[in-house]
Amino acid sequence: MDNPAPGPIVSAMNRDSDILITGGGLNGPVLALALARAGFTVTLIDAAPPEADASAAASRAYAIAAGSRRMLARLGLWAALAPDAQEMAEIKVTDGRAGEGPARGMLHFDSAEIENGPMGHMVEDRHLRAALAEALGAAEGVTLKAPVRVVAQEAGPGGVTVTLDSGERLTGLLLAGCDGRQSGTATRAGIRRAGHGYGQSAITCTVAHELPHKGVAHQFFMPGGPLAILPLKGNRSSVVWSERTERAEKIVAGPDEAFLAALRPAFGNFLGQIRLEGARGLHPLGLSLAERFVAARVALVGDAAHGLHPVAGQGLNAGLRDVAALAQVLGEARRRGEDVGTGPVLERYARWRRFDTATLAATTDFTTRLFSNDNPLLRLARDAGMGAINAVAPLRRAMIREAAGLTGELPELMR
Amino acid sequence: MPSPDRAARSTIDPDEVAKFEAMSAEWWDTEGKFKPLHMLNPCRLDYITGQIAAQFDRDLGAQAPFAGLRLLDIGCGGGLLCEPMARLGATVVGADAAERNIPVARLHAEQSGLEIDYRHTTAEAMAEAGEAFDVVLNMEVVEHVASPIDYLTACHDLLKPGGLHICSTLNRNAKSYVMAIIGAEQVMRWLPKGTHDWNKFITPDELYDLMRRAGLTPVDRKGMVFNPLGWSWRLSERDLSVNYVTASLRPERVTL
Repeated sequence: MDNPAPGPIVSAMNRDSDILITGGGLNGPVLALALARAGFTVTLIDAAPPEADASAAASRAYAIAAGSRRMLARLGLWAALAPDAQEMAEIKVTDGRAGEGPARGMLHFDSAEIENGPMGHMVEDRHLRAALAEALGAAEGVTLKAPVRVVAQEAGPGGVTVTLDSGERLTGLLLAGCDGRQSGTATRAGIRRAGHGYGQSAITCTVAHELPHKGVAHQFFMPGGPLAILPLKGNRSSVVWSERTERAEKIVAGPDEAFLAALRPAFGNFLGQIRLEGARGLHPLGLSLAERFVAARVALVGDAAHGLHPVAGQGLNAGLRDVAALAQVLGEARRRGEDVGTGPVLERYARWRRFDTATLAATTDFTTRLFSNDNPLLRLARDAGMGAINAVAPLRRAMIREAAGLTGELPELMR
Repeated sequence: MPSPDRAARSTIDPDEVAKFEAMSAEWWDTEGKFKPLHMLNPCRLDYITGQIAAQFDRDLGAQAPFAGLRLLDIGCGGGLLCEPMARLGATVVGADAAERNIPVARLHAEQSGLEIDYRHTTAEAMAEAGEAFDVVLNMEVVEHVASPIDYLTACHDLLKPGGLHICSTLNRNAKSYVMAIIGAEQVMRWLPKGTHDWNKFITPDELYDLMRRAGLTPVDRKGMVFNPLGWSWRLSERDLSVNYVTASLRPERVTL
């Protein structure tokens, strides 16, 4: 069914919206759009002002997997994003060490090996945010509250109430926490977190370079952490450079020339001369998993449920899978007349996402520990390992499919 | 529409309310005594909503798709089916022969912000009073009544011409004895012992025959099958061996 008329399920019910969402980053707005499409009324609560200049975030870009792209298309966002989205034709994974160039056991993924088109598209944060803001403004049934903070939340038999720092109280059937790895929604719901820091931070920036990237993405595993060079439109690339935190802080603090001087040896010269474009950001890395996805009238989405190491570029894609699964579960419950904030409904969402997330967290955590190490024996082992993966086509295809978000039971929005 | 339950609610004394709150919590505790019903509910609702949408040409994605439909749930219990139907916009009457269920269901509907007319009465008494509905839900009741044919005749009489009757029950065979009596009551303890009398279970063909004799036209039947791996129920075209659900219609008036 296309575009059902949005609106409250029961007009007689005294609530502000069917669903309340905390967090106005990326998952929150996408969830708001997906739920509005399914006929729900939504209030999106964001601590940041609507026109915030998130300069640290502005330096970021995302590898949008095929499933995620289909989802953005279904939600009417892709048309605005497509002109600025760079196709990723190939991903090259290399075990590198500064000054030594790539090791021999190079892992190579080529989208020609899977039947679903390009492995993904690079989309810049600024474009994604602009498209989301525009779509939210046009969406029926979506109310934006910003900048406000939630100071209290209370789940009851008929719904959930949140209290804002403005003193305003909002009621709904369900509170969806899209408020990141320090999710206040999770804390207030009594959901504990487990995880650890990696002692690493990711430096993000955009570079312009002399030579064309030909749509090839590179991931170098360096002793300090992975370095990803991801193709953007034009002769530009997005850099995600993980380093030990104290070194990363020093690198970012320096002037542009010093920053580039630090980056060049890792980056190499395969794209010719490079220069910095725009701001650079610093993001501490760590694994942060919520012990549960759901609590009474609360569902966690994205980093609020599972903050992953960005090594596989899967953070946003995993978040969007949560969004798509939650929107589908709630949409189906709505069509049945179920109360969408109750345990049996939320448990369907939790069961769906739990397995996927555990697998992904374990994989990226293991990969980080294995690769962020200069032990020569480990280095030899992973060189051999990557060579072996390369030699076994089915395994390599499986990894491409996983990276492209094509495994598991896909939510309808991603099919 | 006047709200008869409001007047009735005012006659309940506070001690009673406390007791009903506990019972209401019990009915709606998805991990408690009624867990089997909660597990079965999405499957039942899929069938019910699909049949109503098809019969009355409604779009389940629309706002209040069942608006304008008058629906009766016989054996409503705590309101596990009444509330979804009300949420979808139907005008709902919930009837239960067990008097204590009525205030329990009322209390929960109030908490949910839904208006539902719960009554302590029987299908036969309501038919006698000349009530008429677009939809009659008759879920897991027929295997408990003394005379299925009299009961189904009352269900028929409660329907407007062209009205839809959804009836689910348990098949009578060796498998249903193992699953429903030994499995559900004795091994899993999902249901209290003695909940079901296997001898009163009805085969799908017997039910079709009874419905025809009651003046109803059977139009559809599906199995409801428990999947122990997914720990959930699903509808099945072919497997009606234990739980199953049927749709039948009261024929439009024929002018002679």
